[in-house]
Amino acid sequence: MDWFPLLNSLRIALISTVFTFFLGILLAYYVAKLPRFCKGVLDCVLTLPLVLPPTVVGFFLLKLLGPFGPIGSLYLELTGNKITMTWYASIFAVIIVTFPLMYRTVRGAFEAFDKNLLYAGKTLGRSNTWIFWRVLMPGCTQGLMAGTVLAFARGLGEYGATSMVSGYTPGRTATISTTVYQLWREGKDTLAYQWVAVNLIISFVVLVAINLLEQHQRQKRRDLNILEAGVSQ
Amino acid sequence: MLQIDIEKQLGRFHLHVSLDAQNCVTGLLGASGCGKSMTLKCIAGIETPDHGRIVLDGRVLFDSTKRINLTPQERRVGYLFQNYALFPNMTVTQNIAAGTRERDKLARAARVEQLMQSFYLDGMADKLPHQLSGGQQQRVALARILAGEPSILMLDEPFSALDSYLKWKVELELMDLLAAFPGTVLLVTHDRDEVYRLCRSVCVLNGGRSEPIQPVRELFDTPRTMSSCLLSGCKNFSRARALSDGTLSALDWGVTLRTTQPVAPDITHIGYRAHFIQPADATGENRILCRVSRVVEEPFATVVMLTTPGGHEGFSLLRMELPKEQWAALRNPTELYVALQPEHILLLSS
Repeated sequence: MDWFPLLNSLRIALISTVFTFFLGILLAYYVAKLPRFCKGVLDCVLTLPLVLPPTVVGFFLLKLLGPFGPIGSLYLELTGNKITMTWYASIFAVIIVTFPLMYRTVRGAFEAFDKNLLYAGKTLGRSNTWIFWRVLMPGCTQGLMAGTVLAFARGLGEYGATSMVSGYTPGRTATISTTVYQLWREGKDTLAYQWVAVNLIISFVVLVAINLLEQHQRQKRRDLNILEAGVSQ
Repeated sequence: MLQIDIEKQLGRFHLHVSLDAQNCVTGLLGASGCGKSMTLKCIAGIETPDHGRIVLDGRVLFDSTKRINLTPQERRVGYLFQNYALFPNMTVTQNIAAGTRERDKLARAARVEQLMQSFYLDGMADKLPHQLSGGQQQRVALARILAGEPSILMLDEPFSALDSYLKWKVELELMDLLAAFPGTVLLVTHDRDEVYRLCRSVCVLNGGRSEPIQPVRELFDTPRTMSSCLLSGCKNFSRARALSDGTLSALDWGVTLRTTQPVAPDITHIGYRAHFIQPADATGENRILCRVSRVVEEPFATVVMLTTPGGHEGFSLLRMELPKEQWAALRNPTELYVALQPEHILLLSS
């Protein structure tokens, strides 16, 4: 069996998750500070890829990255290569599709965070940067991890937008999901089943990881409660 | 010295606070939702008022006409939050160090060490906030605030997170600290007893508006408005009208009463404290014949609700608090006369 689709899927998902991670945190932090109206509008725009069909995202991306699009033509002029139909074109697609998952999860964590801790940092004379890294981030690790795992899992399975901007070239742009579709079209069910199995295993591992993470947090909280009860007695 | 005169519109709630606090403990007394915490947040720079001026020890923190608005970091305001707001991921030492302004590492460590000692936190250096009791948490929070040498201390309901036994102990500790603090202290609370024990002067906040600042004794002896009288713990009120012969008519109680103080024509209500009501015989001034409507036993007193000639609902009911033995000696009467001492009648305007 040729393992290229697995490798390709993994590298696309990993690289996009890195981008989504920082972009999601950054935008969640600044959007939360905006006045209500701007916040509402920007929130809609940033969440849009979650509800739009991935093919629509792919369509817009092709218009941008294609050889006649503003970014694609510039790139073509500078390097002589096209962006579309390469494996890294998928990274753009996956970032856009997974971004809302990270953004919304992180924003939820920020909003649930005890504001008094931030205010306390300010009245104590601490800079906003210090408060962000030393108080806010450590207090939101659970939300950050949940958002990251979700974005990664979604990125690994992305099909619609990916297939439009990168197509399906065996050994060059094939991902797990495009491979399964291609194999089914060609009637190679045995091979398709193998990739389905790979997909199932990955999804299973991700779900178990999320559950373990939650259990760990719950256990930690329970330990804290026992400790606290012990102290107050 | 803190001078503030600020206004802020929050939806349909209008906050207008104006007060001059000297370098002593000033209570900010008000029911919940009257704007006490919002006032503190405006002073700290966490919220921005729409108009007005905030001056602390001659330093302008905020002035809407001159467009001055210092950041919270620049204001040097010590703010004790209701839940203490200790950083949960940091140890006691790290929390206190977060409040210091020294840049030098050694100087900072020395300062933290010294604060840990003066707040009886020896041996807790490496504990996390959740491993401490409520009282210890408060001490860490106070040490952290004082580490930055603030010009003002603002305490937001400092005892609300503690159970009643601990509360008393912590209050005694806080008394010493407040006495030693050189600057202004604002204590926000809804508890009149805390104001009485801890503060020198008090400002009553009512529905977002501040009443003139007054000495604490005055609030309890001669409250002037209905809202401050209510907050001082008075339980009996009646609408009232001044009569031409110097007496007044208590409309809800259905009686005419004589007072020692002259009755101003603009009074709208009178108040009378429950523990000043005494059973009496029928003759004498300010007697009211009441029916006993309900008897409630408390741990060390008996509360008797009395129906007055004015009726048996709302303001018309009188609340009398007697020592248990005194009530037992009366042998469950269904009707009795009570006396209202002229000198204890509180004259109020709205």
